Amino acid sequence: MSYTGAARKVGTNIDTDAIIPARFLVTTDPLELGKNCFEGLEPGWINRVHKGDILVAGPNFGCGSSREHAPIAILGAGIPVVLAHSFARIFYRNGFNMGLTLLEIGDAANTINEGDQLEVNPESGLVRNLTQNMDIPCTPVPPFMQEILAQGGLVGYVRRQMAEG
Amino acid sequence: MPQTLAEKILQGRTSDPITGPGQIVRTRLSSVLANDITAPLAIKSFDAMGASKVFDPEKVYLVCDHFTPNKDIDSAQQVKIVRDFARKMGIVHFYDGGDSGVEHALLPELGLVGPGDVIVGADSHTCTYGGLGAFATGMGSTDVAAAMALGETWFKVPPTIRATFTGVMPEHLEAKDLILLLIGKVGVAGATYKALEFDGPVIRDMDVEGRMTMANMAIEAGGKAGLFAADDKTLAYAKAAGFADTAAIAPDPGAVYEQELAFDISGLSPQIACPHLPDNVRSVEDVADVTVDQVVIGSCTNGRINDLRRAAALLKGRKAAKGLRLIILPATPKIYKQALSEGLLEIFMDAGAVVGPPTCGPCLGGHMGILASGEKVLATTNRNFKGRMGSLESEVYLAGAGVAAATAITGRICHPAEIVGRK
Repeated sequence: MSYTGAARKVGTNIDTDAIIPARFLVTTDPLELGKNCFEGLEPGWINRVHKGDILVAGPNFGCGSSREHAPIAILGAGIPVVLAHSFARIFYRNGFNMGLTLLEIGDAANTINEGDQLEVNPESGLVRNLTQNMDIPCTPVPPFMQEILAQGGLVGYVRRQMAEG
Repeated sequence: MPQTLAEKILQGRTSDPITGPGQIVRTRLSSVLANDITAPLAIKSFDAMGASKVFDPEKVYLVCDHFTPNKDIDSAQQVKIVRDFARKMGIVHFYDGGDSGVEHALLPELGLVGPGDVIVGADSHTCTYGGLGAFATGMGSTDVAAAMALGETWFKVPPTIRATFTGVMPEHLEAKDLILLLIGKVGVAGATYKALEFDGPVIRDMDVEGRMTMANMAIEAGGKAGLFAADDKTLAYAKAAGFADTAAIAPDPGAVYEQELAFDISGLSPQIACPHLPDNVRSVEDVADVTVDQVVIGSCTNGRINDLRRAAALLKGRKAAKGLRLIILPATPKIYKQALSEGLLEIFMDAGAVVGPPTCGPCLGGHMGILASGEKVLATTNRNFKGRMGSLESEVYLAGAGVAAATAITGRICHPAEIVGRK
């Protein structure tokens, strides 16, 4: 499965309070959370985003709290993939558990400009910047984590494991 | 093979022989916890997984502390979900209302976590229990849902950074200053995926509350855990709290560390984390001209009895600066009662403080002290991300309880020594 979309850039050390401020954590509904995605970074950020856009971030994306509402809000905003220089530990695990594809691309994150058309293939570990005609290789998502993503997250994965006994 | 503290504690709960960092081990869990923000999501995942019961109703802890006392209808609904689940599952340790407190202050004091434990919690500050010699780490709600059902999880054995603190602890310096010093040095991602292990004469002299303050902020350096050996002090604390089995735990001599950091703290000034990251740390003298609108003393970092005593020693017979809002939240009912019986609450109220109930409220911009645009707060909490405690145009400075009390008196960030001896 590959994804094509426009790059939406955010900066360095983007914390979970920036992704979804605590005052919005009174629901677990993805669409409700999605409406307020990045409200702690820039009010109204969500209005610039289109379904299928690809988030591109600097180092340590998702630092701070363990709130799973953060990857849910990103998915709820219609963003299926995050490319980052690097991820904070709890967010990385939460992202896959929620079915959000995450790829670490290191310093190549700097080469992507806001609005660039990107094509992302998590299985092969290739990000193509169609606007700049540039390939960015990265470590592919390991097969068992691809399976988690294919099941829409850890819940679906565990259900399937249990069904297969 | 000599083991680090992380390896040693994990080894106690797994049958896989631990050979070193990077290895993935399946580990039995001593306990699993969630709060009123994260438990509703965990319960949703728990149900969706098809789970019907928790692995042990005495080992799943549910603490309603973030938006409690319920701040609005939506948060009341969330707490109701947790309460109903607790009743249905026969959860023994469900805390809400008058017996609830800030989870990471409450559970150690109730003897529900202790040395040698391996704990996961749907809260990033679960790492606090490292102060007791437990391997404890934060995870998301769905990982925690699986842990609640299975009583086990998997970990990648982390490499360890050992931080050794030597020298003479200056007067007015506290545990918070040491952990801020470290975070300033390694940065907010400096310990990502890693364990921090604290050692040295200063650490061995430190009381267990101070160790929990330091372990609490390991996550602010990206750390998976912040670990202290369990020594005589730990065992005495755990025993007094009623924790069942206690044995000393120390890293093996010759254990391999990824990195070793040494800090000589003689002559160190109180440390302040400035907006908008916990690693933007400066000495108090460098920010001494900053005026603040609010001071908050409380939280899982610094809301314990020694923090309140430290603050009261400075506030006694003095007043908070005119126009400044001083908010003091003892972290648990027990701490609250202790502060009451020692006369600390009266000192606070005479100083003009609002003394509120145990809650995480203001730390995460939930309730009980939200900031307007342009306002500045100095808080004893753990995070100062942009907008963390209110408006995106507000600013958060982090410090220990002594600096907080001194700052409340003068209205500008200041060294506690400035207050002592003045009327």
